[in-house]
Amino acid sequence: MSAAPAAPPPASAEPPGPAVRTGTGTGTGAGAATATAVRPDLGLLLVPPRARTGWRLVPARVLAMCTVELQKLRHDRTELYTRAVQPALWLLIFGETFTRLKAIPTGGIPYLDYLAPGIIAQSAMFIAIFYGIMIIWERDSGVLTKLLVTPTPRAALVTGKAFAAGVKAVIQAVVVVVIAALLGVAMTWNPLRLLGVVVAVLLGSAFFSCLSMTIAGIVLTRDRLMGIGQAITMPLFFGSNALYPVDLMPGWLQAVSRANPLSYQVDALRGLLIGTRANLPLDFAVLTGATVLGITAASALLARLAR
Amino acid sequence: MTSAENGVGEAVVCRGLEYTFHHGRGKGASTRAVDGVDLTVHTGEVFGLLGPNGAGKTTAIRAITTLLPVRAGMVRVFGHDPARQRMEVRRLLGYVPQQLSADSGLTGRENVALFARVFDVPHAERRERVSQALAAVDLTDAADRMAGTYSGGMVRRLELAQALVSAPRLLVMDEPTIGLDPIARTGVWECVDAVRRATGMTVLVTTHYMDEADWYCDRLALMDHGRIRALGTPEELKAQVREQDPQQTAPSLDDVFRHFAGRDLARNESSEGEFSDVRRTRRTASRVR
Ligand SMILES: Nc1ncnc2c1ncn2[C@@H]1O[C@H](COP(=O)(O)OP(=O)(O)OP(=O)(O)O)[C@@H](O)[C@H]1O
Ligand SMILES: [Mg+2]
Repeated sequence: MSAAPAAPPPASAEPPGPAVRTGTGTGTGAGAATATAVRPDLGLLLVPPRARTGWRLVPARVLAMCTVELQKLRHDRTELYTRAVQPALWLLIFGETFTRLKAIPTGGIPYLDYLAPGIIAQSAMFIAIFYGIMIIWERDSGVLTKLLVTPTPRAALVTGKAFAAGVKAVIQAVVVVVIAALLGVAMTWNPLRLLGVVVAVLLGSAFFSCLSMTIAGIVLTRDRLMGIGQAITMPLFFGSNALYPVDLMPGWLQAVSRANPLSYQVDALRGLLIGTRANLPLDFAVLTGATVLGITAASALLARLAR
Repeated sequence: MTSAENGVGEAVVCRGLEYTFHHGRGKGASTRAVDGVDLTVHTGEVFGLLGPNGAGKTTAIRAITTLLPVRAGMVRVFGHDPARQRMEVRRLLGYVPQQLSADSGLTGRENVALFARVFDVPHAERRERVSQALAAVDLTDAADRMAGTYSGGMVRRLELAQALVSAPRLLVMDEPTIGLDPIARTGVWECVDAVRRATGMTVLVTTHYMDEADWYCDRLALMDHGRIRALGTPEELKAQVREQDPQQTAPSLDDVFRHFAGRDLARNESSEGEFSDVRRTRRTASRVR
C-alpha cells in the first residue's frame, strides 16, 4: 500500500456530503444548477433510455456489433489487403497450373472458374476460424466483460459477433471476386444470385466463427486456440469440395465432406456464381442449421470465458 | 428494516455473500475470494470498498454486476436479484472494470456510441447523448481520435463516458484511478462528482488509495481476506481507531487501514488468531452499519 500523495481537488467544492439527492431524474434542483453552470449540458444523461424488448433486441445488438466491425475496418484496412494475398496466390498459382494440367474433371468448365468459389469460401473460413482469438483478446482486455454487463443476452452477443465476422468475410469475398474477375473467371452478375452469394458467405462465416468461439470457450487461451485452429483448417479445407469434386474422394473422405458445412457453402457459391448444378435449398438449410447450432454452443460456453 | 432486508429502497444489499473459485481438482485447489460479506449501499451515496490486493473486491463487484453467479448469500441491486433478473440489473448499471478496457481500434466517440446502441438509445438522440457523455468527461476535443492514442487518464474518462451514456442509477467502478498520476486521478473523480451531483446516481467504487477514499467517499468498507473488517464514514472509522488505540491521536485512513487490516494480516501470518479482536471488529462493523 503506497501512500500516494493526496490529490484533493483544488477549490472544487466542499467534500461530498452524504446522499446528495435520492432517486433519479430530478436534475433540475439547485444542486444541478450549480453543477451545470460550470459543466456542459448533461440533460440527456439524466434519463435512462427506454428498453427495447422482445424480438427487436437481437437484431439491434447484431447491428451494433456489425457497425463496430465496419468502423474498425474503416480505420485499418491493412488486414483487408494482407488477407487478400493468400487467395490471390491460390487462384494465380494453383488455379492457373491446374487449369493447364486438366487433371481434375470439372464437367467442362475451366478449373480456375471451378476453383474460384472454393477459394472465396476458404478465405472466409480462414478468417472466421480464428475469430475466437479476438474474443479471448476482448476478454483479457475487459472489452467483453463490459459488454456482458449491458442488457445483451449471451446469445444476442454471440449472434452479433458471428454476423460481424460474417460482414468482414463478405467484404473479403468481394476482394476475391474482383481478383477472380481480373483473372478472367466468368461469373454471374445477376444481382439476385449475388445476394445469394452474400448470404452464403455470411452464414458460412457465422458458423465458423461460432465454432471458433466455442473452442475458445473450451480451451480459454489464445495459444491453444491457435493450435487447434491450425489443426482443423487443413482437414476442413481438403476434406471439402473446394478444390475437387467429392466423387474423386475415397468413400470415408466423402462422408467427411458430407458432414462438412464448408462443402455446402462451396456448393451454393459454385451454383450461384458459376452456374454448376447445386442443391441450393439443401445448402442453405444446412448452413442455417449449422449456424443456429454454433450460436447455441458458443453462447452456452461464453460464461466460461467471463469467469 | 424489513424493507432494507429485502433491499428495497437501497442501491445494493449483500447478505452473507460468498464466492469460491475452483482451480483444478483436489484439496487446496480453491480460493474463497469472498467469505460472507454483508454490506448496504444507500441510494445516492458514494460507497468505497477498500482492501489490499486479493482482498476480494473485484470478485464481490463481479457478483453484484451479474458477471458471477451468486451461489451462497443474497445480493440485491435496487431490489432486483442479479442472479435471476440479469437484464433488469444490467439496465441500472454503469460498469468500469479494473483493466483499461476501451477498444483501441475505435475512436473515443465510436466507443461511447457502441454503449449507447447496446443500451437501446434511440437513433434520434444517440448523437447528442454521446456528445453529452463525452463533454461530461472533458473529451470533446479528443472524441474523434483513436482510443489507442489516449493517455491512461483519458482512457479512464472515456470508460466513464461509456458507463454514463445510459444514465445508470448505479455506477460501479473497480479501481478507476489505479496507475494514474495525481492530476489524472483528480480529473476522473471530478467528472464522477459533477455527474453525480447532477443526476443523484449511486457510486460503488473500489480503490487502494486512502486519500481518495477519505476525500470522495461518503462511507467505506475495509475488506481483507474476503471479509469486511470495518464499515462506516471516514470520520467514524477514525473515531473508532482513536477509541481503541489512544496513542493514535489523529489517525489518517492509512492508520485506520493498518489498524483494521494490517494488524490482522500480521496476526494471521503468525497463525495466532486473537478471537476477541476479530469479534470486536465484527461488533464495531455491525454497530456502524
Ligand atoms: N478467475 C479467477 N480464478 C481463480 N482465482 C481467482 C480468480 N479471480 C480472482 N481469484 C482469486 O480470488 C481472490 C480475490 O481476488 P480479487 O480479484 O477479487 O481481489 P481484489 O481485491 O480485486 O484484488 P486487487 O486489488 O489485486 O484487484 C484472490 O486470491 C485471487 O487469486
Ligand atoms: Mg480487483
